[in-house]
Amino acid sequence: MGSRASRLLREEEIEEIKKETGFSHSQITRLYSRFTSLDKGENGTLSREDFQRIPELAINPLGDRIINAFFPEGEDQVNFRGFMRTLAHFRPIEDNEKNKNASASEPLNSRTNKLLFAFRLYDLDRDDKISRDELLQVLEKVDVEQKMSIRFLH
Amino acid sequence: MDDFWAGALWALKIWLYLIISLIMIPAMFGFSLGISETYMNILVKTLEVLTLVFFMSLIDRHALSYADTSILGLIQRENGSMEKELEELRQSRPKPPVGGDFTLSDCFYFTRRGIESIVDDEVTQRFTSEELVSWNLLTRTNNDFQYISLKLTLVYGLGIIVRYCILAPLRITLAIIGLSWLVIGTSAVGMLPNWRIKFWLSEWVHVMCYRICARGLSATIRYHNRENKPKKGGICVANHTSPIDIVILCNDGCYAMVGQVHGGLMGVVQRAMVRSCPHVWFERSEMKDRHLVTKRLRDHVNDKTKLPILIFPEGTCINNTSVMMFKKGSFEIGATIYPVAIKYDPKFGDAFWNSSKYSMVSYLLRMMTSWALVCNVWYLPAMHQQEGEDAVQFANRVKSAIAHQGGLVDLQWDGGLKRAKVKETFKEQQQKKYSSVVVRDDSSSNSD
Repeated sequence: MGSRASRLLREEEIEEIKKETGFSHSQITRLYSRFTSLDKGENGTLSREDFQRIPELAINPLGDRIINAFFPEGEDQVNFRGFMRTLAHFRPIEDNEKNKNASASEPLNSRTNKLLFAFRLYDLDRDDKISRDELLQVLEKVDVEQKMSIRFLH
Repeated sequence: MDDFWAGALWALKIWLYLIISLIMIPAMFGFSLGISETYMNILVKTLEVLTLVFFMSLIDRHALSYADTSILGLIQRENGSMEKELEELRQSRPKPPVGGDFTLSDCFYFTRRGIESIVDDEVTQRFTSEELVSWNLLTRTNNDFQYISLKLTLVYGLGIIVRYCILAPLRITLAIIGLSWLVIGTSAVGMLPNWRIKFWLSEWVHVMCYRICARGLSATIRYHNRENKPKKGGICVANHTSPIDIVILCNDGCYAMVGQVHGGLMGVVQRAMVRSCPHVWFERSEMKDRHLVTKRLRDHVNDKTKLPILIFPEGTCINNTSVMMFKKGSFEIGATIYPVAIKYDPKFGDAFWNSSKYSMVSYLLRMMTSWALVCNVWYLPAMHQQEGEDAVQFANRVKSAIAHQGGLVDLQWDGGLKRAKVKETFKEQQQKKYSSVVVRDDSSSNSD
């Protein structure tokens, strides 16, 4: 058909991603559009080169480490689920989520998970070698929720 | 069987006579029979009705959010400077009396900017076709819309028949006639001795052929501010979207082209054109030598009898939503620059040539099976390099003027990023900026 999406996103997948990440339906479809436009090889996954093609990211001093955060241990390709899972860390924390059921598993964009993301940027060999207490103490007074969030439009 | 061939030949003859009388002759002499205008009016009305139907169906399906996000973009950026945002991050810590500071939370700023650029960046979107708010019945723009309703699909089917079976053959015929006439006409004029009438004839042949080609694309072009048209001995610069830009501009005047010598069909056209009036064609080896290029351009410009040179300083095709960095070569020559802004209307057909995705031939076929080509051309007042201004600043000034007039985004990024990686020096600039915040040399902290 000549369209950019070599494979359209199915409704069940959108629902699953919605549950896991908290993005809205339209945000997920728009981000899927973005994912496929970055995917030059059109094989449904992104490689490190695909990210490096973004000039603003390539000149960012932390660019390489941010790209690494998308790829699970030892892998060279990230699929759409993985892409969304990483982006979910940057969703702003909404008020109605703060009072959620305590037994439910922690949402990806909680304060702790945002800090964990930042922590992993320093911990390159992923062996928890930076003293975590020190880090948390330093960051105690910083407005993590606001500084590590991106305002996604609905 | 013979009857069939006789009948087919007869039909072909009628077809050609119709084309020549209804389209070619008006094109040759520059008047119009009103056929294109009628077609365009019908087209505009149809698209208006369709947009309405489309949005109604979206409302029915509670999917109106599509329209919102495609206009607004995906995220809302905070465009604070690096220094300001880092300061905010460090608010809770006491400021050291001397020198700068490093905090672990500094990484938040860079991380957020990095993720923002992954979600939505300024540059990569310029190398793919512009997104439309509503569907215009072309398959190629139907990325997010999918199946809407039966009515719409029927109209879409009708549209396919009209476009592929009626419009496309007509346009292809016109294009072939136009190109062959260009070659024959310019060669014929080239054989005349250098009398004044030769220049006049050469211009007439060129404009006529481009007019036929424009009819071949159902192009509707509106020229604004024609009093600023480029004059002899100057350089005309414009933003680049596709090779069709040349047809658009040459419909209203004669220019000298600059480019590489090609082989094959393009080579034949180039050699024919240069016989009737001087163009500047370079061998591939000559293009590398910047001094040679500059000298030849300068010689051409200084000869006041020669036509204005047409140059696209971006160096590559951009998708007509923005203007990217202008290469400074043509601004170093010291000639008068005549800026021109070209803006296509994406509703009727996408003019952008994505050269990494489509070859020239498949691009032209796509053009011929679109509805039409509607564009606006603005001639801007001439600009000169001012005292104390270097070529890069001059180029940026011209670029801003063009972007402002055409309603395009003015970007500093290089169009070459379509294929090449960004230079390390830009990354080093960012690193330098950050390190000056961390180190903060004594001279600035003493003034606190």
